This record gives sequence, C-alpha cells and structure tokens, in this order.
Amino acid sequence: MTVATRPLEATAPAANTPAFDLERVRGDFPILARKVHGQRLVFLDSAASAQKPRAVIDAVRHCYEAEYANVHRGVYWLSARATQGYEGARETVARFLNARDSAEIIFTRNATSAINLVANSFGNRFLRAGDEVVISWLEHHSNIVPWQMLRDRLGIVLRVVPINDAGEFLLGEYERLLSSRTKLVAVTHTSNALGTMTPIDEIIRLAHARGARALVDGSQAAPHRQVDVQALDCDFFVFTGHKVYGPSGIGVLYGKADLLRSMPPFEGGGDMIRTVTFEKTEYADIPNRFEAGTPPIAEAIGLAAAIDYVTALGLDRVEAHEQAVLTYATERLADVAGLRIVGTARKKASIVSFTLENAHPHDVGTILDRSGVAVRAGHHCAQPLMERFGIAGTARASFGLYNGFDDVDALVDGLRRVKEIFG
Amino acid sequence: MSDLRDLYQEVILDHSKQPRNFRRPGNANREAKGDNPLCGDKVAVFLTIEDGKVADVGFQGRGCAISMASASLMTDIIKGKTEAEARSLFERFHDEMTGKSACHGAAAGELDKLTVLSGVREYPMRVKCATLSWHTLMAALNKRQDGVSTEADDRL
Repeated sequence: MTVATRPLEATAPAANTPAFDLERVRGDFPILARKVHGQRLVFLDSAASAQKPRAVIDAVRHCYEAEYANVHRGVYWLSARATQGYEGARETVARFLNARDSAEIIFTRNATSAINLVANSFGNRFLRAGDEVVISWLEHHSNIVPWQMLRDRLGIVLRVVPINDAGEFLLGEYERLLSSRTKLVAVTHTSNALGTMTPIDEIIRLAHARGARALVDGSQAAPHRQVDVQALDCDFFVFTGHKVYGPSGIGVLYGKADLLRSMPPFEGGGDMIRTVTFEKTEYADIPNRFEAGTPPIAEAIGLAAAIDYVTALGLDRVEAHEQAVLTYATERLADVAGLRIVGTARKKASIVSFTLENAHPHDVGTILDRSGVAVRAGHHCAQPLMERFGIAGTARASFGLYNGFDDVDALVDGLRRVKEIFG
Repeated sequence: MSDLRDLYQEVILDHSKQPRNFRRPGNANREAKGDNPLCGDKVAVFLTIEDGKVADVGFQGRGCAISMASASLMTDIIKGKTEAEARSLFERFHDEMTGKSACHGAAAGELDKLTVLSGVREYPMRVKCATLSWHTLMAALNKRQDGVSTEADDRL
C-alpha cells in the first residue's frame, strides 16, 4: 500500500495518469453519457453494482443475435458455438483468478448463491453439530445468513471475529477464536460497507494451520485488484459478475478440485448427471456436478467480456487509479464540516462510508441525486457492522475505474447543498 | 434546488429537528412498533385511548427527516380525534401519498397540515418514509402485537 505517500493532484479535474486514460475509459461506458435530473451522471455506487462497458453489452447482444442456443449435448453447430462461448468463459475466469484448472470454476447466479452452495454442499459433507465456522464483523449478510441457516439445521457454532474502531479485522482475536473445532473460516477480502481490506493471506494461513478450510468472499476484491487463488491458497473464492462490470445473474465459485470432487451436489437436475435411472443417479464430475439446469449462458459470455476488458486495462493500473481517487476523496471529505468517515482502515478499497451531522443518509442520498450524484444510503446489507458503530446506516460513495477527481468534487459540491438545507 | 425545497419545506425541517410529542405518554394503553428494514428506520407509536378518543399520543424512533417529520405531524393532527376519525385520516393520507387522490383544496380540511408532505410523491423511493408512522399508528389502533414492517406488508 502506497496510499499515504502517493502525491496528490488535488487541483486536477480528473485523475489522469499516463498509464490510465480516464476519458477514454469513460467513453467505453455508454450510460455515463446520459444525464440525470439534467446533470452529468456521477455514478458512485459501483460497490452495489458496476456499470457496463460497450464490450460487455456487445458480447451479450452478439450472443443472442448470432450464437445463442442451449449449451452441452446439442449436436448442431449453433449449440456447439454457444458451448464454446460458455466453456471459454470458464477458462477466462480460471485465468482471471489463476486457478489451476477451469474445472475448478463453478458458475452460479451470484456470490450469494455461491456461498449458499458451499454452506449446503460442504456443510452436509463435512460439518457436524459442535463444529465451528468463523466469520467476521465485516461480513455482508450473504456471508452471515447461510451459516446461520446451517447452524439452525446442523447445530454448528458460529464465531465472529471482532474489528477495531477503524473497521480493521483483528488478527489476534481471530487467532484466539480458532480451535480444533474450527472447520471453516469464511471471511471477506474487502468490506462492502467500509472498504476495509482484510489481511486475507494471514487469515487463510492461520485457518490452514488449525486444519480448517478457508472461503474468501471476493465480491469487493475482484473489481479492484488482481486475485491469485493459488497464491492465496484459499479453498473457496466467490465473486459476482455484475460488480466486475459484467452482467447480473452470474456469479463464480472457485474451489480446489480435490475438495469440490469430495462434495455432493447442491441442486439436482439436468446437466449435473452421468447416468440417471429411477433407482440411482450417478453424478457428473466437476464443474457440471454443481451446475444443474440450463446455466446463465449469455451472462457467462458477458462476464468473460468484462474480464477481458478490465484485464486489458490492467488491474494494477486500475487499482493505482482508484487508490488515487480514494486518497483524494478521503482528504476532500475530511474537510466537510460535520462529516465523519466510518471505516478508516489503513488498507482500503475505493469505498468511503460516511455520516453527516444533522442529516440522515437517506436525505443525503436524495439531495445528492438531484445533483446527478448516485450514492447508496442505508445499512449496505451489513446491519451487525452498523450496530458495531452505533449507527443505523451511512451514505456510501464507492469508486469504480471510470470515476475521477471531478466526481469527488461533484460529491463534495452536492454535500454543500445538503448542508444548505439541513445546516 | 427549488424542487428539493418542495420536498424539504421549512415545516418538515422544523418537525424533523424538533419533533412534537416525541415521548411515551405515561398512561399509554396502546402501542406498536414499525420498521423499514431497507433503511433501518424504526418508530414506535403510543396511544392513550379514552372513550374511543385519542386522548394522548406520542412516538419515539429514529429515521430520516421525512419519516420523523411525518410522525411528528401525525401526532399533532390525530390528538383529540376519535378512533374512526384517525382511521379515516390514515386512509386519506395513504391515498395522497400513493397518488390515488390529491388533498389539495377546500375538501382537504384536517389534511391541510399534511400538504407539506405532498412533495414526497415526486420521490417514489421515499414514500415509505412518510407512511411508516401512519401504518404503525394503524397497528396500534388495531392492537397488532407483531408490529409492522415496510417489507412485510404490501400496503406499506
């Protein structure tokens, strides 16, 4: 992390670095040309869902216009073509995560369904009453509720790693929670509500040292930095397509091949079998075992186009650009009287959550919207975390690769209008 | 900015900053809780019903300016009304907020005080903020023990 030492270009209208042509990037996103309430769209909600580059829109359209049919088993050319596209997308995702084998990539509906798949399949196979699953206070509801449901069904015990007032994951506390009963650690790589990056390498290493498996919720990491599942050595890694500039309706579960092969199917149906008789069904090998029914075909192809897009830009350059915007936003917002940034971890992704004195986050969101500035307001599907900070919610500005210093300026100008109304 | 001032009128800002009847009356004999799980807003409405009338009313909770002002204005307007009148006011306010009717003009009567909230109709995402306290009032009048939630009740 070089955030603290990176020089600021506080007066520049946008963060244009030689390696990152922001204006050209913006030109790739058709929606950014539109106006909202007569104002330039300043989209600061990419952590909820990112906008789509033309390459993704075109890939999805091309799939439906020229190469669409159901995948697998079709003997005709069009089905073979669609299958190539779908399986090619799996290989693209495998390269994106640096998986050993594309069979380790399971397509799901989103990150939530990927976690639910693990909770059910891994849970049924490996967890018994009294076994412990470790999560953290930073988790999104999607990495809390599936484990609670499992707890209620199997009698497992859920342990929650605390955080400090900056919103940082407490490694020492985590280590104390680990025991021989710990079977799985399921922790986020990056907090969606605060932006905190967790010490995920250490978390995984310590889990393995106690003989536990490790699942990484990478929903907020994958859009911002290079992920290498072999270097992380995680057992599972999940992310969702729509946050990495791809379509909604597609998510990814990565799992180590041996582990996935030892797990039973989660859903039964077509495409996940080897043979079916009314007496007995033999399941297919991975990845098909976990992909019952017709999969999200065009969505997978769109996701591959999104990955190709961010990869061509270079995730290192994207990260450097976003970190510059984050630093600028943090400095400018700190100057707004009555504004409190919630989540001040040393290592953060480009997400800034804040509260404003005398103004509720929803009122902040409504007023900013009239300036064309789209932020999220509320608990960000992380109610325990909000409780931890004694607040009902925050306003959250999250920056994607198309955001620049001018967007931060628009946000700060909009906040001035909030203060005009609420004082 | 002018349209924002239609939403955030002075009366609304005043009621949100200094809500009226923000308390639990000591002799309250009906109460209900309401919440909007999407934004975390919570409100509790307390009623003292005597001889079929709202002898006293109060509320507590936390929420945005719209929800706090709406709750405050509501307590002002229903104090002293009969239960039937309170229910009728709810129906008319609900229709006003959901665009089924407008309460502008002479026929509006008691609802005149609430026309300051009519700007909310232009912000569909915020209508539930304005109606949460009223639904909670109805739950209290109907002696519902389970409270109300904007996400569990289609009418909210």
